[in-house]
Amino acid sequence: MIPAAFDYVVPRTLPEAVAELVKHGQEAKVLAGGHSLIPLMKLRLSTPSFLVDIGRVGNLTYIREEDGHVAIGALTSHHDIEFSELLKNKLPLLTSAASQIGDPQVRNRGTIGGAAAHADPFGDFPACLLALDAEFKAVGPRGERSIAARDFFVDTFTSSLEPNEILREIRIPTPPPGSRGTYLKFSRRSQDWAIVAVAAQVRVTGHEVTQVAVGLTGMGSRPIRASGVEQALRGKAGHDDELRAAAERAVDGTDPQQDLNGSPDYRRHLAQVLTRRALEQITAHH
Amino acid sequence: MAISQMVGASIKRREDPRLVTGTGSYVDDLPQTALVHMHVVRSSEAHARILGIETGRAKEADGVVAILTGKDLKPEFGAPLPVTVCFVPDKKYPNHYPMAIDKVHYVGEPVAIVLASSRAAAEDAGERIEVKYQSLPAVVDIEKAIEAGAPVLHEELGSNLSYDVKFAAGDIEAAFKEAEITIKQRLIQQRLIPIAIEPRGVLADYKTFSNKLTVWSSTQIPHFVKVWLAVILGISESNVRVVAPEVGGGFGSKIRVYPEEILTALASRRLGRPVKWIEDRNENVKATHHGRDQIWDVEIAAKKDGTVLGIRPTQWLNLGGYCSQFGTFQVLGMLVAQGAYKMKAFDGRSVGVFTNTTPTDAYRGAGRPEATYLIERVMDLVARETGIDPVEIRRKNFVRAEDQPFTTLLGLTYDSGDYTITLDKALEMVDYAALRREQAEKRKQGTYIGIGLCTYIEICGLGPAAATQAATGVSLWGMSVVNLHFTGKATVIIGSSPHGQGHETTYAQVASDVLGIPVEDIDVQHGDTAIGPMGMDTYGSRSTALDGNAVHISAMKVQEKARKIAAHLLEAAEGDVVYENGKAFVKGTPSKAVTIQEIAMAAFQTNRLPKGMEGGLEATTFFDPSNFVWPFGAHICVVEVDGETGATKILRYVAVDDCGTRINPMVVDGQLHGGIAQGIGQALFEEGVYDEAGQLRTGSLVDYLIPTASDLPSFELAATFTPSPVNPLGTKGIGEAGTIASTPAVMNAIVDALQPFGVRDVAMPATPQKLWQLMHRNGGTTR
Ligand SMILES: Cc1cc2nc3c(=O)[nH]c(=O)nc-3n(C[C@H](O)[C@H](O)[C@H](O)COP(=O)(O)OP(=O)(O)OC[C@H]3O[C@@H](n4cnc5c(N)ncnc54)[C@H](O)[C@@H]3O)c2cc1C
Repeated sequence: MIPAAFDYVVPRTLPEAVAELVKHGQEAKVLAGGHSLIPLMKLRLSTPSFLVDIGRVGNLTYIREEDGHVAIGALTSHHDIEFSELLKNKLPLLTSAASQIGDPQVRNRGTIGGAAAHADPFGDFPACLLALDAEFKAVGPRGERSIAARDFFVDTFTSSLEPNEILREIRIPTPPPGSRGTYLKFSRRSQDWAIVAVAAQVRVTGHEVTQVAVGLTGMGSRPIRASGVEQALRGKAGHDDELRAAAERAVDGTDPQQDLNGSPDYRRHLAQVLTRRALEQITAHH
Repeated sequence: MAISQMVGASIKRREDPRLVTGTGSYVDDLPQTALVHMHVVRSSEAHARILGIETGRAKEADGVVAILTGKDLKPEFGAPLPVTVCFVPDKKYPNHYPMAIDKVHYVGEPVAIVLASSRAAAEDAGERIEVKYQSLPAVVDIEKAIEAGAPVLHEELGSNLSYDVKFAAGDIEAAFKEAEITIKQRLIQQRLIPIAIEPRGVLADYKTFSNKLTVWSSTQIPHFVKVWLAVILGISESNVRVVAPEVGGGFGSKIRVYPEEILTALASRRLGRPVKWIEDRNENVKATHHGRDQIWDVEIAAKKDGTVLGIRPTQWLNLGGYCSQFGTFQVLGMLVAQGAYKMKAFDGRSVGVFTNTTPTDAYRGAGRPEATYLIERVMDLVARETGIDPVEIRRKNFVRAEDQPFTTLLGLTYDSGDYTITLDKALEMVDYAALRREQAEKRKQGTYIGIGLCTYIEICGLGPAAATQAATGVSLWGMSVVNLHFTGKATVIIGSSPHGQGHETTYAQVASDVLGIPVEDIDVQHGDTAIGPMGMDTYGSRSTALDGNAVHISAMKVQEKARKIAAHLLEAAEGDVVYENGKAFVKGTPSKAVTIQEIAMAAFQTNRLPKGMEGGLEATTFFDPSNFVWPFGAHICVVEVDGETGATKILRYVAVDDCGTRINPMVVDGQLHGGIAQGIGQALFEEGVYDEAGQLRTGSLVDYLIPTASDLPSFELAATFTPSPVNPLGTKGIGEAGTIASTPAVMNAIVDALQPFGVRDVAMPATPQKLWQLMHRNGGTTR
């Protein structure tokens, strides 16, 4: 379990980092927290011959609110997200998801940028970022571009980042007051990857569900927006039977896989149960 | 009489400061110069002929010193790897060499070794080796392996059947004739992968001109490894030294003479340089033996009042690709399957089968968890069928205190025990009656609570020597040397080889009480064949019953000699001198005493010794007890199963264990905590899974789930004390009790929780998906 030989650079600025990626082409990989990439390299499932460690590029670790958005630097650790006061107030969906990722070691090292770029369909942040309509700012040889969440997650371990692009920032529209979120994760042991998880963000104004966004983890080859649930609930009063009926539609458009932890049927069932529980939990506060 | 002070004291383990600060030395930490690193190229095929191994490109790689295949080393394998008798003298098994020669039989079997200047270079070169296989059909399933037309692993044996043996006594036909109730059930003991935190590792150093071999190995059995290295390499046993340095857990997975121990030694002999191999986790899950993987089919004959008349269990054992060294030890499960209960007849059959999987061997409990699972599930099945409470079923069938020493149908004799005392205490701790009421209430609200019991007995001790010689082919006894230094400090050498059990602490406590020397002044040494006589090492919860008592006996011998020297120094008659708390004096005049320090010094001064007495103050003991020891206990588990998701939560776990005298209750509790956790692992999480082609699907800790602290409840422990009559300290074993008891307790609780759904048994592990399927197979209706 020793990686194949590779070379390694530690650029100090983003342009330098991009230049290294351009220079080494397909052979190069960005290294952030290393908690997805290094295990793959140790198993020699990934054998990049060049690593560009962005860990010491300045100004990529922050969580701040600006012009109606929450901006999170790509190198912000899961731990920093879990314990951010700002996020606890504005985006508890993210703190809740962060607190359920792996164990403290993983949360100290892993970064939200790495988790997004890795695009693991069983990763916890992607479904949250999809539900929250996040925007991904990436820097490449031709400058910076912005990618919408629905375009960002392409397939298993595939994002729409180009190999020579670096994710710099994730921007999330600040939910309006009264909007609440939670992440319910079902796994066999507390620190495992999800079998299925549900990210839900809901706003009930008066007696009307004015916002509902649901993202699903583990229900296909990429995170899935449960648009059936959203359609079914939007504009409703949020009564129990409505929540239940909406949650039934969590299976729409999903394509869960069969593995040692669950069959497609079981995953579909879990998606419904977890969605209902998440919706109940959020609207119960109301 | 020494006053017992240290025995029974929960002093802190002296092993821990170095271990928790990372300053202990495991094999990989040992300093060595001129080291060569070994990487093992392992079979990627489950069943295949080796057509050729292309090593040319690898030999040219940077840093490579040598590459050796099975063919290269074959002339140097003086003997195949050992296989012990272990209850099945007439089994069929193939010769098993440290490296495959013509054929591979499981994924992970060694096919070549790369020796290089660094670990990385060795792995890089390993990738360049091309093994040409001719794939053969594989079989991984016990039942399929003995079907007609199944691919045969070892052609020379004719089939995949290694043995089919009976263990029967009493009139089983009569029992079934008398039965008012008969029950048939299949119970699955899934394959487990022992995950010691430290995988295995070996450092071998063969000194060319002195012909001396030293091997440091992460093993539970340095003494046995020494014997077999000598035999297989053809070296005089007196020139072989094996050291087990810090060993980071074993659980039975390190009680074998392993291929890598032989391969590093052979490579070192060839190269004249020390050779090191450290197993990584990737290898560990395939190359280190697995545990369990059995099917138990049982038929039960019982009466309506809950009396069990007899059982007819068949144990199907998956041996894996070869017969491992103690590969038939699990048959012990059949011998002790009667458990804590009386019955009239027992009709057991054990069938061992080869498959294209990693060999199975001892894993924490080795046979006893299987036996206990069987009999404790049997008790619950009878309870379910008769409608009688599981507690009452157990009481009805218990061996009673007045039956002790009780001899089982298969002829084993229990040493002591009143099984109602642990049960009563456990019931009181959980408030059983209230729990049952709560369960009934909650069921009405659609919440599924289950209560599971396990009232186990366990065979530990391994000696007596004659019994183990007959049953396993090895005479097992306890060994100790107690040696007093000039200044009255003591060194204790033991034959056990602890790797987490805390013998350095607990055996110092034993010696301290006898000698009256402070524990801090007693050093306990182990795990090095050069420091003392042949020891029998550590497994089967045997150490304290054997070696711990051997320490006591040697210390008593030393005390006796000390008393004689003291009598001489005091110019008193030997018979008038007593020894207490490290001092000897004439009875009634403790003010005029000589201390052990003075006596020890005198033992090395010829002018102060009694005439004709040999110098020194030292004793050696080979302790052979008259029987095994039989701890027992009652565990109760309370679970809640989520009716929607199938997730199990353990609400309470209560354990009352009786292991006789507890030398250090904190160490006992530690053993129980780990053991219970491991047993819960089998019940809820762990399962080694192969696909049809023999590829291991649970090849990493992402897929093979071991329990972690956050998945476990807080254990509620208590104890009763029934000293064993067969050893002077009255100790029994506790290393495996937790594992043995917790698996059935948890599974009985889960089955109990799902009773409203008509569920009678759940195959382990009780995954959420499985429970969900069981609850929803009839559309989720309850009865
Ligand atoms: C034991 C363990 C348990 C875990 N459990 C969970 C879990 O329960 N849930 C979960 O969601 N995750 C889990 N993870 C994964 C963890 O969250 C990772 O940290 C995360 O997926 C990747 O982040 P990283 O910073 O470590 O990325 P790295 O491993 O450094 O990189 C991952 C990939 O993303 C690319 N990359 C990284 N940063 C950038 C960037 N800024 N721009 C472009 N490309 C980039 C890399 O090139 C690489 O391909 C676990 C990991 C471990 C080791």
